Amino acid sequence: MEETLYKSSETYRDYTGSKMGMWLFLFTEMLLFGGLFLLYAVYRFKHPVEFHAAAKGLDTTIGAVNTLILLTSSLTMALSISALQKGNKRLSLVLQFLTILLGAAFLGNKYMEWGAKIHHGVYPGSEHLLIKGKGEILFYGLYFVMTGIHGLHVLIGIGVLLFMLIFTIRGTIDFENFVKLENSGLYWHFVDIVWVFLFPLFYLIT
Amino acid sequence: MQGNNEPKSFYESGGPHKGILSWIFTTDHKRIGLLYLASLFIFFIVGAAFGLLMRLELIAPGKTIVTASTYNSFFTLHGVIMIFLFIIPGIPVSLGNFFLPLQIGARDVAFPRINLLSWWLYMTGGILALMSLFTGDGPPDTGWTFYAPYSIRTGTNVSLAVFAAFILGFSSILTGLNFVTTVHRLRAPGMSWFRMPLFVWSLYATAWVQVLATPILGITLLLIIIERFFGVGFFDPSKGGDPLLYQHLFWIYSHPAVYIMIVPAMGVVTEIIPVFARRTIFGYKAIAFSSIGIAAVGFFVWGHHMFTSGISDTSKAIFSLLTFLVAIPSGIKVFNWVASLYKGSIKVDTPLLFVISFVFLFCIGGLTGLINGTLATNIHIHGTHFIVAHFHYVMFGGTAFAFFAGLHYWFPKIFGRMYSEARAKFAWFFLFIGFNILYFPMFILGWQGMPRRYYDYLPMFHELNLISTIGSWILAAGLILMFINLVRSIKKGERAESNPWKGTTLEWTVPSPPPVENFEEIPVVTQGPYKYE
Repeated sequence: MEETLYKSSETYRDYTGSKMGMWLFLFTEMLLFGGLFLLYAVYRFKHPVEFHAAAKGLDTTIGAVNTLILLTSSLTMALSISALQKGNKRLSLVLQFLTILLGAAFLGNKYMEWGAKIHHGVYPGSEHLLIKGKGEILFYGLYFVMTGIHGLHVLIGIGVLLFMLIFTIRGTIDFENFVKLENSGLYWHFVDIVWVFLFPLFYLIT
Repeated sequence: MQGNNEPKSFYESGGPHKGILSWIFTTDHKRIGLLYLASLFIFFIVGAAFGLLMRLELIAPGKTIVTASTYNSFFTLHGVIMIFLFIIPGIPVSLGNFFLPLQIGARDVAFPRINLLSWWLYMTGGILALMSLFTGDGPPDTGWTFYAPYSIRTGTNVSLAVFAAFILGFSSILTGLNFVTTVHRLRAPGMSWFRMPLFVWSLYATAWVQVLATPILGITLLLIIIERFFGVGFFDPSKGGDPLLYQHLFWIYSHPAVYIMIVPAMGVVTEIIPVFARRTIFGYKAIAFSSIGIAAVGFFVWGHHMFTSGISDTSKAIFSLLTFLVAIPSGIKVFNWVASLYKGSIKVDTPLLFVISFVFLFCIGGLTGLINGTLATNIHIHGTHFIVAHFHYVMFGGTAFAFFAGLHYWFPKIFGRMYSEARAKFAWFFLFIGFNILYFPMFILGWQGMPRRYYDYLPMFHELNLISTIGSWILAAGLILMFINLVRSIKKGERAESNPWKGTTLEWTVPSPPPVENFEEIPVVTQGPYKYE
């Protein structure tokens, strides 16, 4: 309790408390995705052969490129925090901006990939998909839902980082008070880690 | 409301805003607690109205006031409103919000603005849920469980209701993480874990369940919406999906949610008993750990909702065993409460009356829970009125009675006024009698085989249904009397001193109503919470 200040609720600031709240939130996010991974586990257990066959329809190269993009964005994210902590506001801004760009590149790539699939008639409930085996229907169902919800998280992450960019420019967050940026970083890394699991489960199981 | 030298109460200084804005944009945990309290009881009245209408339909066999499909909407909305809008947020967001910081000696919760956000989300969810009544193609008719595949196929307004529940879940998560962080970070100097009041322990255990279980509901509800719009097929057998998986996912949340409802109620009971028995609580640590125990074991019993759904015999046996295990920490609490009363100088005021009714009704609800949890008897009573009676004894007779107990107990602290004791006892009498006349016949009806969720029944069930419906009117009268007494006392009650019950926890050391910053100086705690001579 030593470092907590009890002046009034306006000036009160608790670094450890903020981090704790963020970690708890990430737990809830983990459990949210956990429900989806549970579905994946059950259905893959039921249809192992069809899952392997269906995974051949996904382009490993695009998946690998996206993995690379997201991992790099986690690096720039981490560096932007270090830069801010060391008082280098300009560098931190550049790195935050780069992170946003990489996130956008990931989404662009994903858009192309989804677009191609939908163009070929592979999307939930499509006639083309429904004539295939049940394992394949479920595989693509999971693919669209899980990468979709993940993509939504990337989008939210970009939104959060845009706010951080503004806060940094305004000086609301600086080298003394950077917990907001750090928490945004935690969120960004979390979204990244989810992709690290999605990539092998959908692209590499052929 | 105080003398000149005392700080202003939180009613008098509302921050930068004026009037209504000083309430709906407040970050003061006390004002947010009251916002929740008011909203909760508005929704409670709506839910209760649906309940009364259902009972009215069942007063006689055949169609009485509504058609079968309207009745389906009635029980769905009664369930959704009572569960997601009243009893799950219930005690933590109202009494918890108000008294958690006060009881641990803090000025506010850890994240005051997130606290406000969670109320806004709660209201959004609540309004969307009510909107699902009047928009789209008719109110949802799936029951509050939204079981697939029917929830995916029905043409009624399920998507909006499900989305409302999703938002409410988000609100619940935010409250949970706020409370966990508050308990970890904001305890006053000297307030060690085992000096915390047991209400705080129960809120802490509940907050963890909220944080860990609610996301599963979130994703499950999201999947229903996705299924309805895109037909992915996760729960549709014709596309390879499995409806049973939906039930698993749903109950992985919704069974722990039962403990979100009951554990804070147990905390309120534990808080009231020592004050009115003038004795230290018996078995402090046992009660604290049993809260955690119930919360922990509660995560692994969801399968007992699915005994007749076609899960394997092995998993049924395991779920049944685990269900029985929950009875142990629950029993520990009941025995400790009774032991705390033993040889106490008991003062039978309204809060204690509600608390003792809680123990009585909770025992009936809890023990019939064991009948449900036994595999053989479960087959006989599954989907009957026995289940309805069981969970109303636990949820209404348990949680709601404890909520009412807490409301009376903390009323002088919250409003700085006393309620009328005689009127409160009168209302309690109607509530207790009405409750038992309403719900006890349902045990018998269910045992005789009357299924739940039908607007009609065989003539042989008429007599008990009639009694039950009459009970619902007595209960309603009790509720009206109680609310009138409380609302009237907010303005007209006698002024309350800072510690009318001679309680020993920290909230009684500050003026009634408390000042904005709660404590002029953060107290230093040197002893446990329940020290009586």
